[in-house]
Amino acid sequence: MKILVQGKTEGIILKSQNPINFLGTVDKKTGIISDKNHELFDKSIKNSILVFPSGVGSSVGAYTIYSIKSNNTAPLAMICEKADLTVATGCALANIPLVIIDNEKFSSLKTGQKILLDTKSHNPIMLL
Amino acid sequence: MYGILRTSIISVIVKLVLLELTREEESALKGEQGEIMQMAYRILVATGEATEAEKLIPIDWAHLSGVNYNTIGDAGEEFLSSISKNTRVKVKTTLNPMGFDIDNVSNYNLDDNFISKQLSIKNSYETMGVTPSFSCIPYEIFDIPKKGTQVAFAESNAAIHANSYDNLKTNKESAFSALASAITGKSPYSSLRKEDSPNLTIRMKVKNPNELTYGMLGFFAGKVGDTSVNISGLGEMDKRQCKAMCGGMGTSGTCAKFLFGDGNSDCEKIDFDEKEMQNVHDELNTAEKGDLITLGSPQLGLEEISDLVGKLKGRSFKKRCMVFLPRIVKEQARKIGYTNELERAGCEILSDCCTCLTPLICKDDVDAVTTNSIKGAFYLKNSNGVNVNLKSLSQIVEDETR
Repeated sequence: MKILVQGKTEGIILKSQNPINFLGTVDKKTGIISDKNHELFDKSIKNSILVFPSGVGSSVGAYTIYSIKSNNTAPLAMICEKADLTVATGCALANIPLVIIDNEKFSSLKTGQKILLDTKSHNPIMLL
Repeated sequence: MYGILRTSIISVIVKLVLLELTREEESALKGEQGEIMQMAYRILVATGEATEAEKLIPIDWAHLSGVNYNTIGDAGEEFLSSISKNTRVKVKTTLNPMGFDIDNVSNYNLDDNFISKQLSIKNSYETMGVTPSFSCIPYEIFDIPKKGTQVAFAESNAAIHANSYDNLKTNKESAFSALASAITGKSPYSSLRKEDSPNLTIRMKVKNPNELTYGMLGFFAGKVGDTSVNISGLGEMDKRQCKAMCGGMGTSGTCAKFLFGDGNSDCEKIDFDEKEMQNVHDELNTAEKGDLITLGSPQLGLEEISDLVGKLKGRSFKKRCMVFLPRIVKEQARKIGYTNELERAGCEILSDCCTCLTPLICKDDVDAVTTNSIKGAFYLKNSNGVNVNLKSLSQIVEDETR
């Protein structure tokens, strides 16, 4: 496990098996996934613990992450399987906790689970 | 019980953090040097952890992307406006192109909102002490520091050029990591900043290459390479061809360095042949002819302008031809008389902006664009939503002028 952006928060998991291209897939104002081909289409990522494999696409997508944070429509935290610089720097700028986990842990997380994420704890991801 | 024990051991192991910060860096990360420094260090730490750096090191020069309002939007504009109030860059910092050339923006159908937001972005960067170069070829218009100097270039073609031709060291930075480096004067010591040995060699097999061929070779290399690649079988290349290769590679992947030669014997070998070239061509070439021509992505330097003037002697374009170059090159070209020559031949000369992500080409007015730039082609197609007709410069002059 790698902690890319520190923080502590409690919330409900919203999980996607698809990667997310923040530029063009996520509505900057509402935090709703606007790409019809995405499995989270029409769902809001606001105040979720967003679990997805990684970010893809333009590095400008980092600005989208910053936008949703400014508009109070951002996830409480993000958990990815692979580190990418767009999501890493976007979360760092927006101060959204970001953790990278291995495949086994990634498979074990499910939409609807309530967790406590605390990057300073010995067990940073705790099921509640 | 064993299960619990094992879980707790794993928890301890996974808590290992690689990146070591100095006391001053720790203090900045805690917010003791203000909110913006804290944000900048958060970005550096996230980048450092993501790339497995063990420390931060000083850099001498940052080159920023995230300038064009077309790409960063309202959130970017507001963010820059807000941080510029209290932030100054710590090292020499230069800037990518923006959306238009203020000298002739009135000739293009841009709305007032775009212009005012773009000028606000320009103003924010200038307030922070950034040199307003508005150029994607910093390696051609600024003096190159001494061999091995660590820099932080967010513009991909510039990062690749710096690593491959200018003996500088940079990773392929994101807009935010380069900005954080400009504000702190530091960058994570990882990946291409250290020694690198590619595990892949691309063998150039296409005969009689022109700049378009090199652009496609770069695009191919970016797709198959990881952080760096060896390239063998290259002959003498002129500046246009080198830039085309860097532009192509930066567009398609995460790879940010060419090493010239065969590499180690255990390197995997891949051929770039006519067939691979045709694949790239088919992916990017979507039209048989264009309504207008663009030259410059990366922007043209003085050498290329001089060569273009030579090629256009006694000829003029039959359709619109937009020529993108840095402002300083435009001024030099004006003094020499090149801009007069280009305008006589029907060129529209645009400084401070670039083909890439230009708001000056709109799919409502234009069906297809002819260009010799692979990088330009990719963004015209995917971002502007217009079709692209790929041709080498020689072919463009032959077909499109009289």
